Amino acid sequence: MKTLPSTDVLIIGGGWTGLLMAKELSARTPVSIVVLERGRDRRPDYISGMDELDFFVRMHMMQDPSRETPTLRHNDNERALPIRQYGAFLPGSGVGGTGEHWGAVYPRLLPDCFELHSQTVARYGEKKLPQDQSMQDWGVTYDEMEPYYARSEREVGVSGKAGNLKGKKIEGGNIFEGWRSEEYPMPPTITPYLSELFRGAAKSLGYHPYNNATAVTSQDYTNPDGVTRPACAVCGFCERTPCMIGAKAQPTTVLMPVLQKRKSVTLRTSATVRRIVHDTSHDTSHDTPHDPAQKGGKARGVTYIDESGEEVFQPADLVILSSYTLSNNHLLFLSGIGTPYDPATGKGTLGKNLTHQVAFGVQAFLPKPLNKFMGAGGTGVRIADFDADVFDHSNLPFIRGGMIGAMSVGTQPLSTFGNVPRSMKLPRWGAEWKKAAIDYFDRTGVVSFSGEQIPYKGNHFDLDPTYKNPLGDPLLRMTVNWRENERKMVEFMNEKMVELGHAMGAKEVTPFPGYADYDVTRYQSTHIQGGTMMATSPDRGVVNTYTQHWDISNLFVLGASTFPNSGSSNPTPTILALTYRTADAIVEKYLKKPGMLA
Amino acid sequence: MRRRQFLFLSAASIGGVLVYTLDRRASRMFAQDKSTQTLKIPLRFFTEEEALIVAAAASRIFPSDDSGPGAKEAGAVIYIDRQLAGPYGRDRYRYTQGPFDETAAREFGYQGKETPSQTYREGLKTLKGFDKLSVEEQDKKLQQIENTHLFALLRQNTIEGMFSDPVHGGNADMIGWQLVGFPGPRMSNYAEVDKHFGEAFRPKPISLEQSIGRKVRPSEDEDRKA
Repeated sequence: MKTLPSTDVLIIGGGWTGLLMAKELSARTPVSIVVLERGRDRRPDYISGMDELDFFVRMHMMQDPSRETPTLRHNDNERALPIRQYGAFLPGSGVGGTGEHWGAVYPRLLPDCFELHSQTVARYGEKKLPQDQSMQDWGVTYDEMEPYYARSEREVGVSGKAGNLKGKKIEGGNIFEGWRSEEYPMPPTITPYLSELFRGAAKSLGYHPYNNATAVTSQDYTNPDGVTRPACAVCGFCERTPCMIGAKAQPTTVLMPVLQKRKSVTLRTSATVRRIVHDTSHDTSHDTPHDPAQKGGKARGVTYIDESGEEVFQPADLVILSSYTLSNNHLLFLSGIGTPYDPATGKGTLGKNLTHQVAFGVQAFLPKPLNKFMGAGGTGVRIADFDADVFDHSNLPFIRGGMIGAMSVGTQPLSTFGNVPRSMKLPRWGAEWKKAAIDYFDRTGVVSFSGEQIPYKGNHFDLDPTYKNPLGDPLLRMTVNWRENERKMVEFMNEKMVELGHAMGAKEVTPFPGYADYDVTRYQSTHIQGGTMMATSPDRGVVNTYTQHWDISNLFVLGASTFPNSGSSNPTPTILALTYRTADAIVEKYLKKPGMLA
Repeated sequence: MRRRQFLFLSAASIGGVLVYTLDRRASRMFAQDKSTQTLKIPLRFFTEEEALIVAAAASRIFPSDDSGPGAKEAGAVIYIDRQLAGPYGRDRYRYTQGPFDETAAREFGYQGKETPSQTYREGLKTLKGFDKLSVEEQDKKLQQIENTHLFALLRQNTIEGMFSDPVHGGNADMIGWQLVGFPGPRMSNYAEVDKHFGEAFRPKPISLEQSIGRKVRPSEDEDRKA
């Protein structure tokens, strides 16, 4: 295998976290940086991004499942089956990663999400904890995170209205959010009709509606790096597509303009990393068993398949693993780094606390046309009255919650045509269905929910024993299902959402059928968390609170894989805030004195 | 290689607007007398017999009637033919390693081995003569296969053929978008988004090529992923 010249820093994955880390390190230190991205630079394709078929249905921006996908089963006794086509979540590929096609929704986690276990016990006692839960505090608090959140909001450019400015509650913002040191960089995006109807309904029921925070520009915006983006044109093609004008924050529009000028940074595309090579393993063998007794090892670099198809070794002094949650887990398992979690004994940490946010919607059939084709990512009105532990759960059969809202992100016909009120009892095809579906096409509003899944002992990652990728490596296996806590939460929220739909003027609202088993075909969100979670001691997590690997001090892990639990909020704000925090620790501590930071 | 197949349709039956040149590019034809003009459409995947069956089935799923034009006028069969000849048809982007478990629960998604083009080719054998049946008999037949994978594809692909950008071969003259009031890929709604509350705002549809002012090569014509 060819060995390339060594680099100071090697970054695996050219998405939000990897490119942000490259930007921070290259701005503040003289280190040489190589970024390896599995996909290619798709920017030449973006010109046809407003094609619903290729981008929404054929999922042009997403990872290619024929090359990489996980398998899934509902519990440890089942045989897992491959996710042959993405559905429940949509990881991206190419420069910018999932950050290119994301929806840009930008809420912070609520403060108690970082102390899920201790806060729940403090308020309700141990016996309120759901069966088989594996909740655990992060070891970093909201107060410590606040400045990093604020920094990320200035960088990506977030539109919104504060509801809690240094402890002062402000009507019109989300009064339940954690304290903010400063107002959002831009005012909220324009509110389309559907979301305005929701605001009225929420107010009439005594809730506290607010405009959702989004990394979409509501006016021309220049960030602290001097990168300027125009105001959003509300074209309605946002989620699953790249932005046509750069109004939605994407790694290619926010970070690449800076990185392109940095001579110390080399970005290699079509570079598929196979292993992180460390001194507890051989150089070239791929099946070395990990010896958990041998701690304090060092990463020596990575092997990857380059653009020409050749596998090469890239040595590095510091390795940053910054791909999507699935690939972060996959690479650590394949590389034999860390101790795999065993749900039977509770021992081990790698793969533990897999969570996927709860998400569903109810359909409100409204009397007037909504002009739903107009919208923008993250644009809409929500309430947090049933979020997290904002409301009292003493007499409820579940803990935690989430945000309810009516988002106006822009809808196209392939994704939304065909909904008709259930009371019409129509088949799904033919003349009557067609007539009704045309009639309701622009009068169907979705009231949606985004909520927490708490972590459970039985929801985890490992390697699949049966299915392999084309390189011959075993696929990552997800063992995940919903439990009573999620099912009861969905039942409760469903009722509130139907009530809101009626208050919006709907004659009929189709409730969500409820949560049965985890369904790989129904889109939830691309918010899968955990597996390499942070903790304050090596027996409780894979990385420390600086997201440095407990076993290998020159390996850091970035992304939602480090979250011990999900919040109801979209993970990217917290992912970027943690990346800043890790970057500070690397610049201010690690590079001065390499070694364990905690 | 099989002999090139053509679908012969009266111009009126697909709106009289779409013709295909030998290099398979669509162009517009303004027929003097739509009712007698016959269009010869080169097929990429279907045989003529298969194409007639699919066209007939699509027309029952999304009929042309009092509530507006349907799959026939949109040219949905042309869209489906082109998709099946491209990467979608051969499952280029699906994980297709075995073992396959056809009995898997619905929550695991389609776990079969067949590609969409195989599902059509095999499934259409069971629908021989379908296009010659009366509409009542056609509906009855479709009800019988309503729970099959073939029908799921037929329904989904028909809707796609109604509402995809015309560059993909269906939605001729943006007839599907006009039907539901979707304006296509408009670059800006900034001046309109907070107006028209409670009333239909229906700008004249534009296609992707019109919107961006250049030719687009759709995914069915090449493998663009990497």
